[in-house]
Amino acid sequence: MDNLALKAQQIRKDIFKTICNGGGGHTPSALSIVEILTVLYFEILNVDPKAPRHPDRDRFVLSKGHAGVALYAVLAEKGFFDKALLGTFGKPGTMLGGHPDMHKVPGVEASTGALGHGFPFSVGLALAGKMDKRPYRVFTIVGDGECQEGSIWEAALFAPKHGLDNLVCIVDHNKFQAMDHLDEIIPMAPFADKWKAFGWAVHEVDGHDIPALRDIFSRRPIAPGKPAVIIAHTVKGKGISFMENVPIWHYRMPGPKELETAAAELGLVLNNGVLS
Amino acid sequence: MRNAYLQAMHELAGRDRNILALISDNGAVVYDKYRSAYPEQYFNMGISEQNMVSAAAGLASCGKIPFAYTISNFLVYRAFEQIRNDVCLQKMNVKLVGIGVGFVYSNLGPTHHGTEDIAVLRCLPHMTIFSPADPLETRNVTLAAAAINGPVYIRLATGGSPAIYEKDYDFVVGKAVVLRPGSDITVMSTGSGVHEALQAVQELAAQGIAARLVNFHTIKPIDREAIVRAARETGKVLVVEEQNTSGGLAGAVAEVLMEEGMGGIKFRRMGLKDSFAQGYGSYHDLQEMNGLSRRYIMEAAKSMVADTVPEGLS
Repeated sequence: MDNLALKAQQIRKDIFKTICNGGGGHTPSALSIVEILTVLYFEILNVDPKAPRHPDRDRFVLSKGHAGVALYAVLAEKGFFDKALLGTFGKPGTMLGGHPDMHKVPGVEASTGALGHGFPFSVGLALAGKMDKRPYRVFTIVGDGECQEGSIWEAALFAPKHGLDNLVCIVDHNKFQAMDHLDEIIPMAPFADKWKAFGWAVHEVDGHDIPALRDIFSRRPIAPGKPAVIIAHTVKGKGISFMENVPIWHYRMPGPKELETAAAELGLVLNNGVLS
Repeated sequence: MRNAYLQAMHELAGRDRNILALISDNGAVVYDKYRSAYPEQYFNMGISEQNMVSAAAGLASCGKIPFAYTISNFLVYRAFEQIRNDVCLQKMNVKLVGIGVGFVYSNLGPTHHGTEDIAVLRCLPHMTIFSPADPLETRNVTLAAAAINGPVYIRLATGGSPAIYEKDYDFVVGKAVVLRPGSDITVMSTGSGVHEALQAVQELAAQGIAARLVNFHTIKPIDREAIVRAARETGKVLVVEEQNTSGGLAGAVAEVLMEEGMGGIKFRRMGLKDSFAQGYGSYHDLQEMNGLSRRYIMEAAKSMVADTVPEGLS
């Protein structure tokens, strides 16, 4: 097994443990971006926990801030803060809330949570990088449902005009939004064509395929003179069978029987209701 | 005010290459001089206020100092959540510049009037709000905004605003300016409302009523001391503004008066009475139609001094 795949499996465990111990979170939304975040933070991004504000660091913005626990698990694994702090998630006195706070959590670049903000914010980061001729790249993950926000398309119009090829937008295309399948609510298809029409270089990948993600993210730039969007086909709730592609789990905690199933599938030990 | 703002921006941009003028496809011609001098410090963001504000926050997080400029209502109302989350919550060094506040765009109708912007932005943490009364004050607040490391909103009337100050004065952020001394009553105003209030106070003086006129160029933080002093020394406060009477400068003043135990003084709000500005015509026409021209201000002040409550003001 690829070392990174093992790392991803560890992150999945950490996410589930963190959310269960903390009493609630957007579990399936976090599980769909595990491989994307793992590849970015352990092979692609030029970030250093010892110099978290370095001006030339790569920037990562989680525009779909409700998947914040996935980012916390990766940042802890990367060494931005002590992994034991994951156990404080959602409890009084913690720095780790349901949505990430840039002023509290080391390594978090933007306080996101309301949808349609992190992506245009990332456009500003990329524009500043171009103006100052800095070498950094900016990566952001938006949800596919998040792309129903008008502000996403305002930013999508702006970035190609300024040739922001230092900007990579990853769409977590898990096909589900909070209540149901996108096609049942607001269909986004043809998704790739929309981005192409706006002037973006578009690539589609399996968002759980580590070598494929590694390959596309390693291209610098992905397309000269153009911002790039990577439509990552993912499974919402990936890794926990009963959560996969079932919308009701968007924000729900498993009961005792479900906890047993999830623990077994993820390789966690369940003892008196406590995961380890 | 617009020209004074642009002149100040020109100077700031020359001093610091991190100063950026962002516009939302508004005021393009008046920016020509700035744009030709500093083409790399100018971005027309298109008719996309949400993207302008979020991107400004991103730029600020990389050390830029963006001044995001457009018609106040499009900036403040359309992009409110971006202002709240991306600028204020993240404490970003972004300057928001709203042009055409009050109903100075009289004939364009309520969609183009900024008559709730103070109320809407006054409630946001970390925000400083400047509301200059004339071109000289616009220059002062623009330079002050650049010196503040954090979110600032500058609300501007349009071009051609008459001068209030004859010469430079002691400008201090958060310190209201007493434009006319007086002990019978205090008239408080801000921004585009100050000019009409000044005319009213001068005519009142000619009629033997000594009205103090206090100009709040800074709405947030509010000058508590000036409010308390006016209440203590004149006992009557009349707030005049081109805003809905709910939540604007009058709201800020009332909050201070209550907290300072001065709720018993005579206090009146003059503005739009829970309505949008009525009518079309010149700016002056709208002041008349909406009961905010000098004769209405004088009438209200006189009745407060005489201790009679005029119709429609209770």
